Amino acid sequence: MKEKKTMKRHMGLRATNAISNSVIHVLLVIISIIWLIPFVCIVLQSFRMELTGQVGYVIPKQWGFGNYISLFKTDFTRWYINTFIIALVNAALQTVIVLCMSYTLSRFRFKMRGALMRFMMILGLFPGMLTMIILYRVLKDLGLTESNAVPGLILVYVASSGMGYYVSKGFFDTIPKSLDEAARVDGATRMQVLFKIILPLAKPIVIYTILTAFMAPWGDYVFARYISFNNPVGMNVAVGMYNWLTIDQINKNYTMFCAGGVVVAIPVTILFMCLQRYYVEGVTGGAVKG
Amino acid sequence: MKRYSDLEFLQLSKWQKFRYRLLCFFLSIPTALKNFFLGIGRFFKNAVLAIGREFKDVAVTFKEGDGKTKLSYLIMGWGCLRRGQILRGLMFLLFEIVFIIYMIFSGGYWISMLPSLGKVGPGETYDAVLDTYVYQYNDNSFKILLYGVLTIFFIIAFLYTWRLNVKQNRIAEQILKSGKRLKSGKDDLRSLVDDQFHKTLLALPLTGILIFTVLPIVFMILVAFTNYDGSHDGFINGLFTWQGLENFRTLLVWNGGGGRSYAATFGEILTWTLIWAVFATFTNYFLGMFVAMMINKKGVRVKKLWRTILVMTIAIPQFISLLYVSKMFAKNGIVNGLLLDLGWINQAIDFWGSTANNGLLARVLVIVINIWIGIPYLMLIATGILMNIPADLYESAKIDGASGWKQYTKITLPYMLFITGPYLLTQFTSNMNNFNVIYLLTGGAPTNAAASWASGNVGYTDLLITWLFKITTGEDAKYYLASVVGIMVFVVVALITLLVYNRLPSVKNEEDFQ
Repeated sequence: MKEKKTMKRHMGLRATNAISNSVIHVLLVIISIIWLIPFVCIVLQSFRMELTGQVGYVIPKQWGFGNYISLFKTDFTRWYINTFIIALVNAALQTVIVLCMSYTLSRFRFKMRGALMRFMMILGLFPGMLTMIILYRVLKDLGLTESNAVPGLILVYVASSGMGYYVSKGFFDTIPKSLDEAARVDGATRMQVLFKIILPLAKPIVIYTILTAFMAPWGDYVFARYISFNNPVGMNVAVGMYNWLTIDQINKNYTMFCAGGVVVAIPVTILFMCLQRYYVEGVTGGAVKG
Repeated sequence: MKRYSDLEFLQLSKWQKFRYRLLCFFLSIPTALKNFFLGIGRFFKNAVLAIGREFKDVAVTFKEGDGKTKLSYLIMGWGCLRRGQILRGLMFLLFEIVFIIYMIFSGGYWISMLPSLGKVGPGETYDAVLDTYVYQYNDNSFKILLYGVLTIFFIIAFLYTWRLNVKQNRIAEQILKSGKRLKSGKDDLRSLVDDQFHKTLLALPLTGILIFTVLPIVFMILVAFTNYDGSHDGFINGLFTWQGLENFRTLLVWNGGGGRSYAATFGEILTWTLIWAVFATFTNYFLGMFVAMMINKKGVRVKKLWRTILVMTIAIPQFISLLYVSKMFAKNGIVNGLLLDLGWINQAIDFWGSTANNGLLARVLVIVINIWIGIPYLMLIATGILMNIPADLYESAKIDGASGWKQYTKITLPYMLFITGPYLLTQFTSNMNNFNVIYLLTGGAPTNAAASWASGNVGYTDLLITWLFKITTGEDAKYYLASVVGIMVFVVVALITLLVYNRLPSVKNEEDFQ
């Protein structure tokens, strides 16, 4: 009798569990749809041929590659190459800078360490936007604006990248110090410790840093706009394509924007999906350590 | 106010507990501020004492030092050179020579012009050869301020090096006295990859930060005390000069001219910035956690697929997704088209243009779209943390008959809040400065007619940071005002950080959950 009762309770539990699980599945499907809809729309509209402006429907009446073809008659190729160069160089240099900074702050205990970290935290509270005005004038004096905006932008991105050391410092903190000490006892210099012992272990964080440094320039709008200063030669994709959606341009260039968006997003997304594991590791680790 | 002991606190009802905590928080603000200023005071006291010690040390070194040391006070590196540390000596000497040459040929000029920021502005002068008036550019306030600041940095660096030079002599004398050998240049070079490796590693990053972050920030703080704007750009159409605290008065005094003061506009934008930051942070946080818990739940299938779909949206550059979504909600966009087709509305809704209720529609929509942007990140973070919660906590809670909700409020939430406290704080402050989402979605629209008198064409969804950006663009860019706003943003963000950070449980008692 008693057994039957517990069995009944079990079945009841299982039933509620099944119901709640199916509710969750439905919810997850809805969420996925909401998250994917804009991207599906972009792709669909990039193939729309009948009108180049904004319309109230999603599925094109006339399909074709026209928008992609006209994309390459504009300055888009140049912007794309600009952004790609910036992203590549930035990924290389920024990684070196960030690793130097984070490794040092994680491993060495020198006199000014605490003060330095506090100072950088305070610096980080200033709105970075403010520095733009002066950086523009300085870069202009150096001849690195407008048509030469690419090296100028790289310089700005790389030079200030040392401030973003938190995530990789957190990672280095988790590598046991006894490894360093053992190598030091065996007579290795500090530099040998870094290159022979720590770096091979730090592969995930190196990839994470490269990935984020590569992706950031694709989305930067403000700095790039300031420094390219309306000169199409020095623009990146974000600045160039933003102008296609202004009020007087949108009716001519809306579908071209969609096509451009697809061309920009595909390589970045593929790269990201391939290295997703490292990104997730970095993001979760960074948040836990604060 | 009455302070409760722990036992009394436990007996309070939920509402009373909440009220008590809130009251405690606000009552602690003055103490926190007091401690902050006391801290600053202590810092300056210590700094003065330290400088005093340095002076004393310099004097003692001079008195007790030999001839080589004494001459080093004038010719840097002399002592090192004479004692056989050629490399160090040459470095010191080279630095001194460079410094002196710089100060004579350019540094002196910049420093001397700093108090006035330029004496002769641009103007027409008579050219006898051409027999006409030609427009001539003279002093450049911008460069004077910039290079003046740079020269001050350089002087500080020189003083520091000089002090190092004196110290080196003292140390060398002591080493020689005790009969040991001095380090050679080879030793010095070797130590740069070994004991002093951190200096090698930090040299490049810190130089970059100094020139491209610290220098611009110092410069912009100084600009707040000048009248640098589009019509006083310092070179082409007029010099700018020091204004004292005038600009702060403009922004903060309530009764300004032109119908409405800057202070009222500033207050309005600040309020919305804070509201936005609270909603943007907490909606993302809780909904992201909720999604993560749904995906993590036992029995939910294809977990990887759900995660991948959400993560994929992170990869797509924000300017594409935000601009596109912004256009989806335009008057002739897809959303309106769909709603019209379904017959739910008869007339397109002007999501970004409606000024009813202070642009409530646009404000809500911005927050909702921000959820769309933010949930994937939070989902990732929450997933990692949720998996780390020991499963036996839930097991024992279940045995004790705790409901799902109870488990959430008593186990999951406290754990999450504890771990992610600092992250939440940084999220909050970065949301206050979330330029991309606002600028790409609305550009600040709908226009706030009452506040438009203030510069920058203020809109209802403008945050302080987008307002600041608007002030700095256009013909009559008021750089001085932008930099005052920037300083105010810093003050607000720093205050919040200061008040919250030390109160975070994970900072206060680090060991609790480990």
